[in-house]
Amino acid sequence: MLEHIDTSLIDWSRAQFALTAIYHWIFVPLTLGLAVIMGIMETAYYRTGDTFWKRTAKFWMKIFGINFAIGVATGIILEFEFGTNWSNYSWFVGDIFGAPLAIEGILAFFMEATFIAVMFFGWDKVSKRFHLASTWLTGLGATISAWWILVANAWMQNPVGMEFNPDTARNEMVDFWAVATSPMAVNKFFHSVLSGWVLAAVFVVGVSCWYLWKKREKKFALASVRIAAWVGLCAAVLSAWTGDGSGYQVAQKQPMKLAAMEGYYEGQQGAGLVAFGLLNPAKQTPQDGVDPFLFRVEIPKMLSLLAERKTDAFVPGINDLLKGGYPLKDGSVALSAEEKIEKGKTAISAFAAYRAAKAAGNEADAEVAARVLKENVAYFGYGYIKDVNELVPNVPLTFYMFRVMVMLGGYFILFFIVVLFLAYKKDLSRMPWMHWVAMLTIPLGYLAGQAGWVVAECGRQPWAIQDMLPTSAAISRLDVGSVQTTFFIFLVLFTVMLIAEVGIMLKAIRKGPEQLTMDN
Amino acid sequence: MRQTVINIWHFYQDGFRSMTLGRTLWLIILVKLFIMFFILRLFFFPRFLDSPAVGDDKEDYVSSELVRRGLGG
Repeated sequence: MLEHIDTSLIDWSRAQFALTAIYHWIFVPLTLGLAVIMGIMETAYYRTGDTFWKRTAKFWMKIFGINFAIGVATGIILEFEFGTNWSNYSWFVGDIFGAPLAIEGILAFFMEATFIAVMFFGWDKVSKRFHLASTWLTGLGATISAWWILVANAWMQNPVGMEFNPDTARNEMVDFWAVATSPMAVNKFFHSVLSGWVLAAVFVVGVSCWYLWKKREKKFALASVRIAAWVGLCAAVLSAWTGDGSGYQVAQKQPMKLAAMEGYYEGQQGAGLVAFGLLNPAKQTPQDGVDPFLFRVEIPKMLSLLAERKTDAFVPGINDLLKGGYPLKDGSVALSAEEKIEKGKTAISAFAAYRAAKAAGNEADAEVAARVLKENVAYFGYGYIKDVNELVPNVPLTFYMFRVMVMLGGYFILFFIVVLFLAYKKDLSRMPWMHWVAMLTIPLGYLAGQAGWVVAECGRQPWAIQDMLPTSAAISRLDVGSVQTTFFIFLVLFTVMLIAEVGIMLKAIRKGPEQLTMDN
Repeated sequence: MRQTVINIWHFYQDGFRSMTLGRTLWLIILVKLFIMFFILRLFFFPRFLDSPAVGDDKEDYVSSELVRRGLGG
């Protein structure tokens, strides 16, 4: 048996999980956002009785259906990977994830499956009111599903509401509401769902502008643009607000991720936020003394404001987090990484001693070990860290992806304002340059969402569960070759499915909204 | 009650029969689910903790792994 875990096994397993998650997130945000846009269109039909709105809503429902059909169940592969590649992790968190994922599964299956059928099959068979309710409930079902998935993800970023049971080697939920409503989960949910609305709005505006560019479906396209741009503008502004909330949570619970997002090595009071910057590739380790930037433009004191809500607050950098010694809010002094590693090893030793004492029937020793474990369990994961620099995530990746996300978020606000201005005050149908801008913005909507997830997930390395379990302890002892094989199988499978989706969707878009007869 | 069930049955039956693009999408969904559950799940993604290498006592296996990877030996 392998005595040490091969780092390439971790890398390939992470790459495989990332590939699956990236693919899954191509479909989810469009589903979440299109549900809102087509819901508004059908509401217009319900209120006015104008069949134009019915035709408009039905077209976007068709696009929703294509996206839903290709994307459905892609998340299940992630659960396969938990059981195969990340078995220690699955065991370790089983009781925490069980409830949210079970609720998600039940809701996804019953709520979405029921109402989506009424939405597609029920035109002219159920009342207008019931059909409208079904459309909104389809979107609500998808959104509630997203809530529970994001609760599970937020728990990994900030594990709360549980206790580690050394008898079962599992974390057990002791406070459901602490897990379900943690500030990390609330911010993550709103930020992720709103980013989905932005993507869908960008998508609808872009596709509608294609019709305008082709001089087709002018009324339909302009109406779609107006609704989507309003949804997009509201969502983009709210997304910036919830992004600020997420940033604050990261500063409180994952300060190393925040430092990596900023390429921020030496802490200071009144820290500035890097608006633009180019990292220095010569910087190899936190301790090498090399300037991390070739150049940077900072917004003074903004990082302190974001992280602590005070312009003169101290924000620890990567080296402060490794060395410790700075004052914390509760009056204590921050531990160094080495002290945390020592506590982690103490926790693991106590865990081993507890199980040995239990196996020998020695309750007194087990009680002592349990007490030591409880005192140090918050640092359990640090016991697996061999070198303090393992605690530093990939700084360039996190830094640049964060800027891609934020800059695109700002661009989307500007984009929707311009689109609304042109749609209401000018004749958007005669502006081919804007049609091209809108069409080219569609891939940027996808890029922004994926960049956000790269920041969230790569920025929290080495942790599978923050401070509790690093990826090196979470992974199964598998043969690297088998993981490489499945990685490439997925790559081929996902590429084929994506080509199928794009092909079917383009065909539906080219065909355009169907003419409605007087009957339907 | 019986009539309600029949109505729901007819609702779905009519819906599926009148599908056009939906038929292609359902075909894609079924092929995808087949690949996922009958090929990937069975041949490429067995549950690791159900494998013979782990044995019957999963918690003991995971505990040993967690201790060994942390403390060595």
